[in-house]
Amino acid sequence: MSSLAEPVAKLVRELSKLPGIGPKSAQRLTYYLLRSPDEEAKTLAEAILALKEKISLCSICFNITDCDPCPICQDKKRDYSIICVVEKPSDIMPLERTGKYNGVYHVLHGTINPAEGRGPEELKIKELLSRLQNGAVKEVILATNPNIEGETTALYLQRLIVPLGIRVSRLARGLPFGAELEYADDMTLSQALEGRQVFQ
Amino acid sequence: MSSPRNYQTQAIILKQIKLGEFDKLLAIYTPEFGKLQALAKGACRPGSKLGGNVEPLTHSLLFLARGRKLDIITQSQTIDGFLGLKSDLWRLSYGFYILELIDLFTMENSVNRPLFDLLLETLHRLNEADNDQIILRYFEFNLLCHLGYRPQLKRCVICNSYLKPQANFFSCRQGGVLCPLCAQKETAAHPLSVDALKVLRLWESCDYTMAVRVKLKPELSWELRQVLQDYIKYHLQQEVKSMRWLEELKKLSLVDSNSSRH
Repeated sequence: MSSLAEPVAKLVRELSKLPGIGPKSAQRLTYYLLRSPDEEAKTLAEAILALKEKISLCSICFNITDCDPCPICQDKKRDYSIICVVEKPSDIMPLERTGKYNGVYHVLHGTINPAEGRGPEELKIKELLSRLQNGAVKEVILATNPNIEGETTALYLQRLIVPLGIRVSRLARGLPFGAELEYADDMTLSQALEGRQVFQ
Repeated sequence: MSSPRNYQTQAIILKQIKLGEFDKLLAIYTPEFGKLQALAKGACRPGSKLGGNVEPLTHSLLFLARGRKLDIITQSQTIDGFLGLKSDLWRLSYGFYILELIDLFTMENSVNRPLFDLLLETLHRLNEADNDQIILRYFEFNLLCHLGYRPQLKRCVICNSYLKPQANFFSCRQGGVLCPLCAQKETAAHPLSVDALKVLRLWESCDYTMAVRVKLKPELSWELRQVLQDYIKYHLQQEVKSMRWLEELKKLSLVDSNSSRH
């Protein structure tokens, strides 16, 4: 590496810190940038800077945002009486894409994981509970992932929220589109059976 | 190349670590090979054929292919998903605790069939019954026994005299019960009531069906928990993380009013 010019070596070092990028890929990217027009490299650099400078967490729902409150929390057309609780900011995008949900969100930033010693105090649970205090919220949808940690988190939240007299619902679990019945596990199948719907 | 390239085994999934975008690295406990690490490729993809069969707290039948470093799970089928256990916050948390103890106390590739049977039966019992304090204590005690830490309960560990039916003492360091006289010399010994000693002696030799017939008063249940968890901590020399979660649950007094969980 010592034979490389210092700016090149530095960029290779920095790029190879990124997930999934080894020293070879880092070199390839560096040489690509070296050959590319100045404008392209500048835009990339500015995008990276803006990411760190402008992005913060929404003070209401803790989604990542460049303005506070985030566009979803500011949107007057949305239904503020329903909160959908998700594990991480990237879970909001797929829910939004469905176009079926018009409520607001709350991002927990993780799940409870007893085995790793991650408890509720490390998540935005206190913040969620304080949002529920003013009585305007009628329903909380628990959209944590259907795995063991997501389930633990959902059960815990259910115990905390139900006594407040707020309706708590959980995303339906069942067979994903394109799956085969033969390979479905017991938990999924039994929940798919319990949650079956009239076909009309 | 004496071992075949593919093999089949029952397993209880202990732990999962997400690897990359879609893969999972699992710690599994098997009857024939003890604890193993295995790779579940694509288990996090929607519609994965492994999916729910390789979640922790599941008893599955797995088909594995030997890899260079890690064995890879190629097919899976759930034998018991312990659905009752997974729908109750307390029992689910106890499940985490049990799995963590097994994970912390065992080494990879060290076979211990009785321990597998104990683990499986404990999860079955926890899945069905609501007598979870006895189940947990019986599990803790027999876990220690199967690992070679069976405490001496008949005679005093120091002077070897038969223990009298009186308040004796338990010493983690000596690995058993001390008579009151010897206990004076041992600073780290805790009092052990006659009832607690009787229960431990019974559990040493009986199966689950007998064990759950014991009626534990809250004080006795608390005492047994204290003794066994001290003994576990002494041998483990590290924190059991899910124990902190159980404390957390208790603190928030989320206890069901109709059950006596401690």
